[in-house]
Amino acid sequence: MQELHTFEIKPKKAFAFNFKELVDYSELLYFFAWRDIKVKYKQTVLGFLWAVLQPLLLMLIFTFFIGRAMQVSSDGMDYAVFAYSGLVLWLVFSSGVTNAANSMVTNAAIIKKIYFPRLIIPVSAVVVALFDFIMAFVIFIVILLIFATPINLSLIYWWPLALLLTIVGTIGPGCLLAALNIKYRDFRYVVPFLIQALLFLTPVIYPVSSISQVWLRYVVALNPMYAAISVFRLPLSTVAPDWTLLVISLSSGVLFFIIGLAYFRRTENYFADIA
Amino acid sequence: MLPVLEVKGVSKKFSIRHESGYLSLRDRVTDLFKPAPSSREDFWALRDVSFDVQPGESIGIIGKNGAGKSTLLKILSKITPPTQGRIIGRGRIASLLEVGTGFHPELTGRENIFLNGSILGMKRHEITARFDAIVDFAGTERFLDTPLKHYSSGMQLRLAFAVAAFLEPEILVIDEVLAVGDAEFQKKCIGKMEDVSRSGRTILFVSHNMAAIQNLCTKSILLQRGELKAIGPSADIVTQYLTSLDSQILDTSGYIQVHPEESNKPIRAIEVLCDGRRSATAYMGCELEIRIYFKALEVLTNPVLGIIIKDLQSTPLIGVNNRHYTGNFETAPLNNGFISMKIPYLTLFEGMYHVDVHLGNEFKDIEVLQDCFQFTVEPIPFSSSGQLPLKSINRMFIKDIKWILNSSDHVE
Repeated sequence: MQELHTFEIKPKKAFAFNFKELVDYSELLYFFAWRDIKVKYKQTVLGFLWAVLQPLLLMLIFTFFIGRAMQVSSDGMDYAVFAYSGLVLWLVFSSGVTNAANSMVTNAAIIKKIYFPRLIIPVSAVVVALFDFIMAFVIFIVILLIFATPINLSLIYWWPLALLLTIVGTIGPGCLLAALNIKYRDFRYVVPFLIQALLFLTPVIYPVSSISQVWLRYVVALNPMYAAISVFRLPLSTVAPDWTLLVISLSSGVLFFIIGLAYFRRTENYFADIA
Repeated sequence: MLPVLEVKGVSKKFSIRHESGYLSLRDRVTDLFKPAPSSREDFWALRDVSFDVQPGESIGIIGKNGAGKSTLLKILSKITPPTQGRIIGRGRIASLLEVGTGFHPELTGRENIFLNGSILGMKRHEITARFDAIVDFAGTERFLDTPLKHYSSGMQLRLAFAVAAFLEPEILVIDEVLAVGDAEFQKKCIGKMEDVSRSGRTILFVSHNMAAIQNLCTKSILLQRGELKAIGPSADIVTQYLTSLDSQILDTSGYIQVHPEESNKPIRAIEVLCDGRRSATAYMGCELEIRIYFKALEVLTNPVLGIIIKDLQSTPLIGVNNRHYTGNFETAPLNNGFISMKIPYLTLFEGMYHVDVHLGNEFKDIEVLQDCFQFTVEPIPFSSSGQLPLKSINRMFIKDIKWILNSSDHVE
């Protein structure tokens, strides 16, 4: 006789994480991400080009108004390269957090009718943002070639690490906001404002060295994306990184990740009752 | 052999907040300054429900609206955890609380088959293997690459059910999904479910359709106000359920209180009048009036009252709403009052009948009360002979048939 799959349903403990189950459902994660990517670009004339146009246009705007007009320094790179290298990761964060924050509410109908590990939903929202990153990254390479930017190839291993930091830094706040949003719909209005404010509080379009007050640098470094973007620029930059700031940002990212997942886990069981 | 499913003392509590629907942060913030927390009420949707399901058994779950059927299904489907108790299952479980969960209108039929299948818990290789069979069952092969939004609702339903039909878990939990679709398709679905239960797998099935329950399920459980009232062979439980509807009549005078004054559901009370007098007992040929007293929360324009009168086998005999007749209430937007249906004379024979009430506007039902009351019809002879037409050779009772005897010669 075949081995039976047994299960037990009982009142949930708040902090037990079932990783095996997440792995079992990895295909569903893929299908949710695939659905959102398909739907996002259906009935658009330019299709996947939109993934590239957004960082490109923002780069042009910042290059002219901040790089040229305001003469902001750029750690020894062309300002355009500097801005794009920041934007390409920043957009993963901003669209990842926005998508994830709304994801539980948009999928409420499914949540109420079928069971799967709820974490799949905000995580798949972040995967959609990563898909756009791949397209934008290809353009990044083209830009590097156009500007003939010198790359320190021995430091290129920082790139995947930067991407990992971005994912961790996006999933944390994304899950936190997704859980809060389903309970308090106020967060629908908080998120866009938060993302916009954070763009200016992150050294995306200016280097941290351009902040003259040292204490303010520490504040800016609380943003998890600071570490990701700085690390991403390491192979291109001529300026040595500030390790203290990086450690602050990294710790903040990990902390947000843990808080986000824990809070999500704690409220997950009751999503179907309050959605 | 061990039971497939052991449900042990399962309870579920909801906390109901009385003022508003969504929590908002403002409430939370202002709550901090209130001396007493806002009024909360605990509501037990399920209380200490226990039963076992043996291998090969299929279980019907019946009960009135609000008896806890949906909550039980949600707990079995892991959508919401129980507050107390536990359930042990032996086998893979899949649930179908809705057809087409996760269907996306922008995606094509083909894409939706994969998405929906995956949401229901199938692996990609399983979907690929059954793909042709699914399309065949749904009969939508011509539209496979058309976005779902261009499908008719019937086609969407067929596609959705087809995907679900090819789920092969050991335990299948089904909510009243068969209440939709045309008769032929419903037959196909019931047939498919019979195959499933005959192959030795377990079905847990919630329905108001007593015929389907008796057909599919060997055993049934009856829930009443969150408690397990009875468990046993389906035929017995169905009879018990239908006769228990009787006890809902609080007052045999034909007045049924539905929701209390402070409720946010519209229907307040139902009154049954026979020849103008309040009574739960009507007689053949009397003028029957059913009045629905309601208080809608918002102004109800074009109110629609639907009444379905069914016999004890749940076969509908009369199903009408005011829009089928000249009763169009468009000029009188009501939010507090009653709507009544008056049948000039009752064509039903003696027996017991139960009634569904639908109250809504022209677009949707606002409240549906299934089997909300029962009334009896008694024979009262009015002919000089003291006899009445026989129930056994009549489907309907026609009161005013004229009989004429003409003794003059037949004229061509």
